[in-house]
Amino acid sequence: MNPKLAAAIATAVSLAGAAAHADEMEKCYGVALAGENDCAAGPGTTCAGTSTTDYQGNAWKLVPAGTCETMETPAGHNGSLEPIEM
Amino acid sequence: MQPLSELTRSFRQALSGGDIPAFVTATDPAEAAQRFAVYRNNVAHSLRQALGRRFPVVKRLVGTTFFDAMATEFIARHPPQSPVLQEWGEAFAPFLEGFPPVATLPYLPDVARIEWARGRAYHAADLTPLPADQLQEDHPLILHPSVQVLHSHHPAVSIWHANQPARDGKLRAGGAEYALIRRKPDFEVPVMALSPTDAAFIDVLLQGKPLGVAAIITDPVPMLSLLLKDGLICKKESIQ
Amino acid sequence: MPLPSSAGLGFKAQHFQAIRDTQPRLGFFEVHAENYLGDGGAPHAMLTALRRDYAISIHGVGLSIGGPTLDKAHLARVRALCDRYDPDSFSEHLAWSSHGAEYLNDLLPLPYTAATLQQICDHVDQVQDALGRRLLLENPSTYVIFEQSEIPETEFMDQIAQRTGCGLLLDVNNVFVSCVNHRMDPLNYLNAFPLRHVGEIHLGGHDEEELPSGPLLIDAHGSEVADPVWALYAEVLDRAGPLPSLVEWDNDVPEWSVLLSEAQRAEALLSDRTRHAAAE
Repeated sequence: MNPKLAAAIATAVSLAGAAAHADEMEKCYGVALAGENDCAAGPGTTCAGTSTTDYQGNAWKLVPAGTCETMETPAGHNGSLEPIEM
Repeated sequence: MQPLSELTRSFRQALSGGDIPAFVTATDPAEAAQRFAVYRNNVAHSLRQALGRRFPVVKRLVGTTFFDAMATEFIARHPPQSPVLQEWGEAFAPFLEGFPPVATLPYLPDVARIEWARGRAYHAADLTPLPADQLQEDHPLILHPSVQVLHSHHPAVSIWHANQPARDGKLRAGGAEYALIRRKPDFEVPVMALSPTDAAFIDVLLQGKPLGVAAIITDPVPMLSLLLKDGLICKKESIQ
Repeated sequence: MPLPSSAGLGFKAQHFQAIRDTQPRLGFFEVHAENYLGDGGAPHAMLTALRRDYAISIHGVGLSIGGPTLDKAHLARVRALCDRYDPDSFSEHLAWSSHGAEYLNDLLPLPYTAATLQQICDHVDQVQDALGRRLLLENPSTYVIFEQSEIPETEFMDQIAQRTGCGLLLDVNNVFVSCVNHRMDPLNYLNAFPLRHVGEIHLGGHDEEELPSGPLLIDAHGSEVADPVWALYAEVLDRAGPLPSLVEWDNDVPEWSVLLSEAQRAEALLSDRTRHAAAE
């Protein structure tokens, strides 16, 4: 074995310590990354449900209205650095 | 009498708009359309909600109104192809790339890629970590299937962090960023910014090249100790 | 082992820690099959831990038994899940949710005719054969009526149970929702329902809207079980005796203690009946 690499592996192993064990796995179960299925219905008749798309090329009238407008990006979109109310 | 397949086809068609099927009625037939709207709403709303829960940062970045309208477009073009909703949404990042109304947010597809990668990591298979004394420099390492490296021309990692629930969305970042996505032993799936060389190191390992090759790129100690600590270098056989 | 005739709750990941910490006495937990079809990670770790301490019911929401075709690939995945956890019960819906390969994420209605009865029975047979276990089929909440329907829902479900040997899952909230929506008396529905086939009860909250002709109830699972549904549940228990009884809460999921108190309310009604049965 390449002695330099062997030393690096040994260092990495000691830095890593013992790998985590199952009994350390208590805390973060609740991090449900969703997109979950359920069998509930809702919201009744009170929202626009027709999935007829209203995007027709340039006719799309909506603009993004979230926190993105607060960002400086390398493309040069200089917005305010204050977040806007959503 | 129409077979069930024709009835469900008419029903499905009407869910997207237009007249309700002639065979749909109610105790007061005048209310049939209003009642049918419950199904229209359920289908459209539940899928938009599912997409928004899968891509919460994208949703925050564009706002709920815009997201819901955009989701409607996405759902029409890329509806779920299986009843397992967690597996739906891979096409969202490419869709965002080709959707002119978000062309002003060039980082959005990369943020979506981070969110998609986190979901994959969350549900990835359970493999047994390799005991550290079995590490070999000249064999390909089996990395845990949750390990993914993403390259962004934008500060996508910083944007993702700035838009977590407790954060205000403010950002001090610019330029390209590299993301490491992995699942830790406590099942947390953090998003970590990597240096270009550390990203290249893990990329090379993911390509199946041995440690000896990856170590030519950069000092292997930081990434190797992280992979070992989180049990992400795995034995060949699955415990399943 | 069949589910115990006591109260159970739908499991939500955000409650896992509270369940581990408090180890509540509960008859069973129910999970949606489709949320446990990933390869590994937290969902399986949690379900494995729950399985050790509790009876488990797996409740499918995506087999689309009430549609024209069964998705064989999905059925195979559900089978693998059942093989892995050996649940005490497996249930699904009298509804359809896929059109071809497209998944619509809603429980959609079907007409009740001789032809659809045969088709649904074939699907139930296929599911029971594939899983190697008895299925409980759940009555739906519905909002519209099909002109073609010629068989009452209660008789339709009785026929399915008789022809396939499957059991039934009586969702008491769905009974109430559908009966109010179609201007029928829920007690008449119960009179006609084949209670002898029932292996599990569902309870859940609904929303209410107003139409010109009267109320329209929505099976929203986002609130406490309504008082008339509790009353109807007590009526079911009086007629059928104690049964495994699940409280479902899927939208705006509350903190654990709220959910637990709903289960305790069901348990109180159940233990009344159990005591009476023991005294007789």
